[in-house]
Amino acid sequence: MSGFAKPLKIALGLAVIAALIVVPMNFNRYGLFILSQWAVMSIAAMGLNLTLGYAGQVSLAQGAFVGIGAYAAAIMTTHGWPLPAAILVAIMLSFAVGWVLGYPALRVQHHYLAFVTLAFSTLAFLVFRNESWLTGGIYGISNIPRPNIFGIATNKPLPFYYVCLGSLAIVSLAVWWLIRSPWGRAFMALRENPLRAQSLGIDTRRYTLMAFAIGSALGGVAGALYAPLTQYIDPVPFNLSLSLDLLMMVIVGGAGFYFGPFLGAMIAVLLPEWLRFTEGYYLMLYAVAVMLLLIWSPTGILGILDRYMAARRTKAASALRAVAKSRLETVQ
Amino acid sequence: MSNLFDLLVAGLATGAIYALVAVGFTLLWQTSQTINFAQGEFVMLPAFLMLAAMHAGAPFWLAIILGILLSMILLGLAFKMLLVDPMMRHGVLPLAIATMALAIGIKEAVKQFFSAEASPFPPIVPTGDISILGHAVSLQSIGVLAVAILAVLGLTTLLNRTSLGHQMQAAAQNPTVARIIGVPVERMILLTFLINAFLVALASLLITPIYLAKFSSGEVLGQAAFIAAIVGGFNQVRGAIAGGLLIGVLDNLAAAYVSTQYRAAVPMIFLIAVILFRPQGLLGRAEERTV
Repeated sequence: MSGFAKPLKIALGLAVIAALIVVPMNFNRYGLFILSQWAVMSIAAMGLNLTLGYAGQVSLAQGAFVGIGAYAAAIMTTHGWPLPAAILVAIMLSFAVGWVLGYPALRVQHHYLAFVTLAFSTLAFLVFRNESWLTGGIYGISNIPRPNIFGIATNKPLPFYYVCLGSLAIVSLAVWWLIRSPWGRAFMALRENPLRAQSLGIDTRRYTLMAFAIGSALGGVAGALYAPLTQYIDPVPFNLSLSLDLLMMVIVGGAGFYFGPFLGAMIAVLLPEWLRFTEGYYLMLYAVAVMLLLIWSPTGILGILDRYMAARRTKAASALRAVAKSRLETVQ
Repeated sequence: MSNLFDLLVAGLATGAIYALVAVGFTLLWQTSQTINFAQGEFVMLPAFLMLAAMHAGAPFWLAIILGILLSMILLGLAFKMLLVDPMMRHGVLPLAIATMALAIGIKEAVKQFFSAEASPFPPIVPTGDISILGHAVSLQSIGVLAVAILAVLGLTTLLNRTSLGHQMQAAAQNPTVARIIGVPVERMILLTFLINAFLVALASLLITPIYLAKFSSGEVLGQAAFIAAIVGGFNQVRGAIAGGLLIGVLDNLAAAYVSTQYRAAVPMIFLIAVILFRPQGLLGRAEERTV
């Protein structure tokens, strides 16, 4: 069965990638903006999925790291630095702050950790709002330039969408590699049984901090793309509700599943847009949809798929067993 | 000096409201491991139910009763049966996310069906000042404090002095054993949800005349109650009360003495410090569940 499943999967993946490249070509400005936003939020959610889904550390601060990345990019690019340099700084800055935020995780777990990160998120928002010498305060930073990539200006929506999509592709590949590396396995060991992980010689301290730092760094990348996407940032988008939204994306998509963040970001960014025809009701319907989905499958969308596949595999296995048994009986 | 006194009284009054909300929050956590991210919205909604009843022509007292009853049905019974029951056995996180979605839903529903503007709400305590020890103290603050203290006293008496309260504590501490000795655990859990709904309706009645009824007012309140619950001790009713009062006072003092810009940071830093150095809360007991 897996003989044809793998080429099928690859074909499906290629089709989705081709569609993401070709279909938006005749989208209008707003459609491209929403799709770019989906790509950016997918990156941030993928980071949180590493911290939460793979390493099992609850964080309510991913929105703050998107903010840190966005401000780093906005401040640097408005002062004439190129975007790639700004992204690099955003990564290093969020990595360092994420590392420090990981320290409470060594002491407290689960909901307590969630509350520490929640408090951090609020503190970061206050800094964005109040340190106007750096961040422009409530007036924010405007006229954030979009980059020239290989000499091509990306001021128009379509080229910049490709910048976001390309970045998403690079991050996806890096994460794919990471979760298959010994590090990824160490993260999962941390989630499943920290005590046993430690007794197997995994430095749980270092990997906990690392899970936070890498997840946060991806939040920084998302922020560094968000700033040139909107070309204007103020503190409001980076308040606690962004962190909660990102957490919702990860859980709704399916925490600990590689494709979870893509689907979760799709639900969180695109579903409200699709529901816009209902006007004032669209966020209400969105909330109801999320609740129904979680009641139906607390492990998210991919949890449904996972259960279905598991049921099918069991069925196939028991069918094989039945055949083998009947063969044995005929031999006797 | 008189300034400090005023700040303390005002802080205690807001703190008492935080305490009511925080107590409900901890009750839900203890009996069903529900982290209710919609708790702030739960406080916001009853005021609008009461306003809606008044718009329909009901007198104020009737609107209050209707509002409290409706919130017990919606925020107690329906919340438990429709959202918590199906999700309880799947762990803390999915349920917490579902309550986040619920918070968005309630906010949007109020915005859509009622108003996006802030609406005034009639005070239950007459406005004006009285003089205590030579200081003018607003009747509002005193009334709020009195009602909150009565509610908390009533609740602790219920929990500690009555058979019903003992059964609730048993259901929270050890559901399995409680079930064996014949405590109707399911009914006790439902009861805590109803009590929470009553407490938030009461808090709504107390706080809305001060801050107006607005669809977004739950955010700040929910967070304050949240912090109060953790600071005081997630697993203790009296911890939540102490936490509420402390956060109320701290918030008011910070606004006056730190800076209005960073006033919101003070409770947060306090929260981080408490979690790092005394994770069970100031009055909580470590990893033990009690009502």
